[in-house]
Amino acid sequence: MPITAPIAPQAAPLLPRRNRKAQRAEARAGLFFALPWIIGMTIFVALPLIVTFYIAQTKFQIVGAPKWVGLQNYEALLRDPAFWKSAQNTLIFAAISVPLKLIIALGLALLLNRATALLGFYRTVFYLPFLMPAVAGSVVFMLLLTPNAGPVNIALEAMGLNPPDWLLDPKAALWTLILLSLWPLGVETLVFLGGLQNIPKDVSEAADLDSPKRWHKLVWITLPLITPMVLFNLVIGIIYSFQVFTQAIVIGGTTGTPAESTLMYMVVLYRAAFRYFNMGLAAAMATVLFVVVLILTLLIFKTARSWVHYEGGET
Amino acid sequence: MSKQRKATPRARLAMLTYHALMLAISAIFLLPFYWMTISAFKTNAEIFSDPVTWLPDPIRWENVTSLLTRDDFPFVQQFLNSVFYAGTVALLVCLSCSLAAYSFGCLRWRGRNLVFGLTICALLMPTIVTFLPVYLAWSKIGLTGSYWPLITPFLFGDAFFIFMLRQFFMGVPRELLDAARLDGASEFRIWWQIVMPQLRTPLIIVGLFATVYTWNEFFMPLIYLQDREAFPLSVGLFTFQSQRAVEWSVSMMGAFLTALPMIVLFLFTQRLFQRGLSSTGLK
Repeated sequence: MPITAPIAPQAAPLLPRRNRKAQRAEARAGLFFALPWIIGMTIFVALPLIVTFYIAQTKFQIVGAPKWVGLQNYEALLRDPAFWKSAQNTLIFAAISVPLKLIIALGLALLLNRATALLGFYRTVFYLPFLMPAVAGSVVFMLLLTPNAGPVNIALEAMGLNPPDWLLDPKAALWTLILLSLWPLGVETLVFLGGLQNIPKDVSEAADLDSPKRWHKLVWITLPLITPMVLFNLVIGIIYSFQVFTQAIVIGGTTGTPAESTLMYMVVLYRAAFRYFNMGLAAAMATVLFVVVLILTLLIFKTARSWVHYEGGET
Repeated sequence: MSKQRKATPRARLAMLTYHALMLAISAIFLLPFYWMTISAFKTNAEIFSDPVTWLPDPIRWENVTSLLTRDDFPFVQQFLNSVFYAGTVALLVCLSCSLAAYSFGCLRWRGRNLVFGLTICALLMPTIVTFLPVYLAWSKIGLTGSYWPLITPFLFGDAFFIFMLRQFFMGVPRELLDAARLDGASEFRIWWQIVMPQLRTPLIIVGLFATVYTWNEFFMPLIYLQDREAFPLSVGLFTFQSQRAVEWSVSMMGAFLTALPMIVLFLFTQRLFQRGLSSTGLK
């Protein structure tokens, strides 16, 4: 698996035997150069993580000292309809957006892989939405999808269809948010494309001889060879989609309009912390999300052994 | 390639179908950009005209000046804030992350794999579980409302950019470093005078990614900054849009001018972006 692969063995030293002293000097330098980052990781990742677990078990309103309340915040969460509603919305969002995005990105990458002319142009087009600030992108989608007056609905009506009210309809708004999340898929596409372009020519040609059907080649040769990229995109996609925030707050505000249909987990957490100053509750929400993401990630890595193919090796 | 010379009519038809499909998909992807751009140069009434107008006529250049002179959307100030924010972060990332990347990619030391493994964990750590205590600490020191909380973390490094840079540092030949060591150069000098100049292109790539990432960053400035005058563009546009939802032509001009710098930057440096993507270790 690429991202946790052990550091590749470096070329053997040119000199026959480096003496102890030089080795020790190098080890000292290694630690010295990594030190700022080790400190940074401790201050900004490790300690906050532990403190979050602690705050989750306190009553804490920013002013004053945190007061230990045990599991009360978690109990309050279980009784909070906004927690359940946002958890449900976020799960639906992630469960549909992530696989759909992967499939579309893979499809685009397969198409791009066939291009000889205009490859650079298409690649740029698919990458551009990723550069769009999420706030700007969301605002533009709101305009594009305005019922009756937006160009998308006018076009769909002209085709004789009956388009939804998108962001105004509580039944359609979450799906519109999913649609918006599919627009910036340039990174996923280019990661897949990189994988496809790395498939050795002879493997690809041998497969053409073996089986004349494109479909077989895709399922038995191409897909297994890019499973490491699928794993990467899947894990990153899940972690990000559980924290979806910008699009949700631009479109639905802090209340998830219409009718809480776009209320996302991160928005409720933000609201708890910065509108109601209930740090304990926000930290409890963060802890719940952490556990869920951790379990999911571990499950994916665990099953990855059986479906991710590594070149030149078992496991 | 040689295919084109002996293209049969059938192959040519397949080619045409292929490009027709790709251009259709491209049109869908470009539509939001196009709509944003033309709406930025229309009046509100023209944006919602029926039938739809695909070109602004006349082009309302005055939308630019009317955006730049509004009190409730100090665009110029926020633009400068964004430049400062993105520029500083990009610079810090290049320096701090290359220190760690040199250690992970070029030096051998006990515990290196462990620390690098932890870096991967930090990379996968959702921000949502770490930002609260950090926010509380900054608010205790009284530095919320400034750019310190947004910039300081990058003084120490960033997991993603360290990960990205390490790939490049691993490509520096060991012989080069050993030769310099034999000459008595200190590790710091080897890093600064030998390795860094060699990796100029990768550093620019990482700087570009950091610039785009910071320019578009929304959550952190949203929670730390309170004054309209201090906002970067992402938060400024959000605040304007949520208060003046009906003034679409101003919102679109704001969105257009917010997105434009990054798109221009990308178009000029595309090759580097491509290399950056293919270097994320997923070859």
